[in-house]
Amino acid sequence: MDGNPTEAETERWGAGVIPYTKMGYWQPDYIPKDTDVLAAFRITPQPGVPAEEAGAAVAGESSTATWTVVWTDRLTSYEHYQAKCYKVDPVPGTDGQYIAYIAYDLDLFEEGSIANMTSSIIGNVFGFKALKALRLEDLRIPTQYTKTFQGPPHGIVMEREYLNKFGRPLLGATIKPKLGLSARNYGRVVYEALRGGLDFTKDDENINSQPFMRWRDRFLFCMEGVQKAQAESGEIKGHYLNITAGSMEQMYERAEFAKELGSVVVMMDLTIGYTAMQSMSTWARKNGVLLHLHRAGHSTYTRQKNHGVNFRVLAKWCRLIGVDHIHAGTIVGKLEGDPNSVQGYYDTLRLDKIAPNPTRGLYFEQDWASMPGVMPVASGGIHAGQMHQLLHYLGEDVILQFGGGTIGHPMGIAAGAAANRVATEAMVKARNEGKDFLREGESILKNAAKRSPELNAALDIWGSISFNYESTDTPDGTPTPSN
Amino acid sequence: MRVTQGAFSFLPELTDEEVRAQIEYVLSNGWSIAIEVTDDPHPRNTYWEMWGLPMFELQDAAAVMAELAECKKTYPQHYVRLNAYDASYGRQTTALSFIVNRPESEPGFRLDRTELSDRQVRYQIRAYSADAPVGQRYQG
Repeated sequence: MDGNPTEAETERWGAGVIPYTKMGYWQPDYIPKDTDVLAAFRITPQPGVPAEEAGAAVAGESSTATWTVVWTDRLTSYEHYQAKCYKVDPVPGTDGQYIAYIAYDLDLFEEGSIANMTSSIIGNVFGFKALKALRLEDLRIPTQYTKTFQGPPHGIVMEREYLNKFGRPLLGATIKPKLGLSARNYGRVVYEALRGGLDFTKDDENINSQPFMRWRDRFLFCMEGVQKAQAESGEIKGHYLNITAGSMEQMYERAEFAKELGSVVVMMDLTIGYTAMQSMSTWARKNGVLLHLHRAGHSTYTRQKNHGVNFRVLAKWCRLIGVDHIHAGTIVGKLEGDPNSVQGYYDTLRLDKIAPNPTRGLYFEQDWASMPGVMPVASGGIHAGQMHQLLHYLGEDVILQFGGGTIGHPMGIAAGAAANRVATEAMVKARNEGKDFLREGESILKNAAKRSPELNAALDIWGSISFNYESTDTPDGTPTPSN
Repeated sequence: MRVTQGAFSFLPELTDEEVRAQIEYVLSNGWSIAIEVTDDPHPRNTYWEMWGLPMFELQDAAAVMAELAECKKTYPQHYVRLNAYDASYGRQTTALSFIVNRPESEPGFRLDRTELSDRQVRYQIRAYSADAPVGQRYQG
């Protein structure tokens, strides 16, 4: 040692700009620790940028790096805090795209804060010029981090015990039209749908407190409908009262009022933000009220295959944040949702230990360490005539929401609700009897319709309606038709 | 009215054969069956009376049907439900529950409203039948 820096040290620490791969963010020999947060990013580097450099840049920009060498790194155990890109795989059949695997040490994240985790992992890096596009495909969240969250205030098991409903999908409907109904008319729709046989009705995401219907008036009329339907059925019923508002103070006020009126459930929109959702989760646990999440706005960043955040990551964040319900796709309805991907989301929300599954788009194993599951909600263009497909793809722990499919029924709203309930029960019964219900679905429904004029009418008008558009986003195991 | 608790209350009453098919399904999943009885169908009446203990050992649908027949004979005018219990790790809860017997006449529930200030209403649901003492309800 002559006290002078070696060539390698000069290269690493000399002032100026050097490749991220040279700064320690590319470590192909790194073996991830069990406590690391692992991320799979889909990267599309600009022409001339090597994939390893792009992966290292993502690791750098989502952890310690800035664009140039800073000597102050040397005041830290920087090797510990640097995220490490340890693998870059080309995406089969898609030129110019790679999956970059990055490991983050647990120390990079504040306990119990999705705001912090997202600020780290998706905070700055998505606008990075060296990349044409960037998508966060999946995360492996280690138990050590999972255990800093309480998760769903109730979860699937507790919700079923609370509602006294077992062995079949729950049924709901969103009140339509979305906007313009007065509180009194709105409550009528709630009452009719619930007395007809649904378990839940729902405010839509953009029903908050507008001039045509203020929140307090809506809550009062809705609860009259809920209570009356409970008395007429002997069942527990609920209406997702949307408490989304411009401030936390207003949301707490609305949630408290919903609780005082005896509502079993409140809802919030994804648009309120991660921290606000986590606060409402704490409130819901403290007050014993189910918490429904409408994923309003998610498609702005979840839908395109090459840029944004895959919904499966959002699903994981929401399970940690702690919601009891989350909209997660229908497969057969009017909104985007490739069957394999959607089943992957449902696995992510409901199961405890999940193995990697490339067909379903799951890049990593995920162990939830007994954190309760979230009830997925299927909503958007589904109807009773699809019941066999819904039960087959989505299973039993799901809320099937038929908005138009209830309210648009020719015999009235209660009849629409009854049609959906009869179809559900008939299909579950047939499944339990060992019938090949997916194949025999139509005849099972037709049979049930013989004893149910409501179902008969529903099948007559909607039986042949389907939404067959190609998905814009599918796992790489299957081709993406619309590209 | 018709109390629509349970998984199959919107279908016509299940025949013995249909009940038995559901029992076969329950047993094939490794769940145990319990029979419960009540004459208080309030939706928040969680604990119906147990007709014996859950049948953890029973693997034979015919034996369950015999228990059920005995129960229905004893309580022809009560609500009787079959519960399937899933003791597996991560569930440890009821997996299926459906009503297999109900009173001939179901008078239903009265909704009492107490008006408070600020347009608020407090609601209470009371089963008409619950005005009579336990055991003297639903006398046909």
